[in-house]
Amino acid sequence: MPHRTFIAFILPSALAMLIFIALPIVSVVVQSLFIEHERVMVTAENCGPFGCKKESHVDEAATAELRRDQPLGRFNGLGTYLDRKHLAAKEVREAFAEASGPIDFLTRVGSLPLYKALGFTLAYTFVVTPLVLILGFMIALAVNALPYFVKGPVIFASLLPMIITPLIGSLILFWMIDANGIIGASLQALFNDPDLSLKASPTLTWITLMVYGVWHSAPFAFVVFYAGLQTLPHDTLESAMIDGANRFERIRFVVLPHLMPLAIFVGLIQLMDNFRVFEPIVGFNAGASATSLSYAIYTDLRSTGAPLFGSAAATSMLTIIGICILMAPVLVRTWRDFKRRH
Amino acid sequence: MSVLTAKTSPWMRGAAIGFITLWLLMAAFPFVWTLWGSFKVQGDFFSRQDWLNALYGVQTLAETGSSFTGRGYYGAWVEREFWRSVINTGIVTGFVVVISLTFGTLGGYALSRSTARYAFWILIAALIFRAMPHITLLSGYLLPFFQLGVWGYLSTAIIVLVAINQPFTIWMLNSFFQTIPKDLDESAMVDGCSRFQAFRLVIIPVMWPGVITTGLFSFLLAYNDFAVTAVLLSQENQTMVPKIASFMGSTQVQGNVMFAVSAVVSATVPLFILVLFFQRHIVSGLTAGAVKG
Repeated sequence: MPHRTFIAFILPSALAMLIFIALPIVSVVVQSLFIEHERVMVTAENCGPFGCKKESHVDEAATAELRRDQPLGRFNGLGTYLDRKHLAAKEVREAFAEASGPIDFLTRVGSLPLYKALGFTLAYTFVVTPLVLILGFMIALAVNALPYFVKGPVIFASLLPMIITPLIGSLILFWMIDANGIIGASLQALFNDPDLSLKASPTLTWITLMVYGVWHSAPFAFVVFYAGLQTLPHDTLESAMIDGANRFERIRFVVLPHLMPLAIFVGLIQLMDNFRVFEPIVGFNAGASATSLSYAIYTDLRSTGAPLFGSAAATSMLTIIGICILMAPVLVRTWRDFKRRH
Repeated sequence: MSVLTAKTSPWMRGAAIGFITLWLLMAAFPFVWTLWGSFKVQGDFFSRQDWLNALYGVQTLAETGSSFTGRGYYGAWVEREFWRSVINTGIVTGFVVVISLTFGTLGGYALSRSTARYAFWILIAALIFRAMPHITLLSGYLLPFFQLGVWGYLSTAIIVLVAINQPFTIWMLNSFFQTIPKDLDESAMVDGCSRFQAFRLVIIPVMWPGVITTGLFSFLLAYNDFAVTAVLLSQENQTMVPKIASFMGSTQVQGNVMFAVSAVVSATVPLFILVLFFQRHIVSGLTAGAVKG
């Protein structure tokens, strides 16, 4: 295809991505180097019968004007990256100096906002992704064994958790696990503990969010694996049976290797999607005990008063770097494949 | 798959059926339960005495004189004007799907027919863009949009969603167009068509299965989005999902939770219908990327 034709075809799509994805990244980089203006203070001498007092107050008009003239704020260099809300250089150094052992160090660092968010994001990503693969595979095997006429309805019902809006799905579960909801109340009855609440303890909140994550994504893995099972090599399976392989050996040595490329695909997509975990934290109202990187950016942008653009941008940059590190092995592999083909 | 299931012991079969029943319960029951509960009052759906009240509707009967009530729906749709959000969602998703597909088919077609190295780099860039959490981009948009005075409008959200959608759309359509033999459009060009004529006369008639599938996923992305619409739309232009989130802000008020429950059920209905009619497309779309991956 001549370059000119190619450009004509790709232009709308490329422009959209350039203006609304690439340019915003530049904007994020720039914003992350700036910080909100400090309020303009004026000092006035106030003289009364008991002598003069110096009082300072915020000059609202001047502050507003300054904000209007320089909406970016003032230049802060890498200051925002290193402050307590982000990489917290000083706090980490202190923790390193004072900590009694590695566990103490991790606990101290883990209570800093960014590391807390990173901790949950990574824990969520690396717990949910493998569980989704396992559950999806099990559902695919079980559905595959069902008689033909029930498969359709079963697949229909199985798709629902995936197709549902994440925020809505998490709200639905949130209401059910409410202390007065069906699951919450049943759990209280089951453990005979009227104070049991899935929302109160951080650990239980983490587990709830992860259960939601698996519930939401397992159908995706199931559908992909199920389609993979339809293309199983029959000859290999039959010869494995003739050679005396039992059911588990057949799954282990024939089915799993056949599904491996699909598992890598699902795992990759899940890695990307779980790393951006956000809606369930809003839906489950779990911000107090579990924050993710995306959630931290969201709260900065929605913070009451003025949005904290600098802080949100710095967290965004760190998130983008994080996802690039996570994706690096995949990108390298794609590049090698490409070079082999050309 | 007789080969896999042959010689299954009844025990094995029972375990599989038990497992699938459990999964179906997990997958579908929350929706059934919420649908049922949306016709009750808060005192039943969140009963302090006994969750079984939600089944019988004890409070609902006492408060409204019947065991089912549409109060939640009335509150959400009429009092809190949920219908506005429904219309907004309709506008946003409609435009996002149409524009995404237009841009995406052209781009995806070009990528599938180009052997140049830059085509590969565009796909890789798209993959990285696809991996980036949407909210990181939002912090890039917000300040410029405020400055340009374009914040809060539906059209802004639409174009942003189209752009966020593009990486996925061109990947999917690229792999779809690769399944259409190159000979088809090339022979048209030998016969004297220009590249664009070949696309219009030869490719467009055969591309609909792939376009419909991709369109479904574009629809889902626009419909299900919370981050973009919550941050970029003003109060009066809110779509359904941020509107539901704003219902949750005042949960303490009696009755308000039921507004949210009814709104949630209302927003779920189109998705149900979508799966009902397009189950096959969704399944094939999910697997298309994987198989050709």
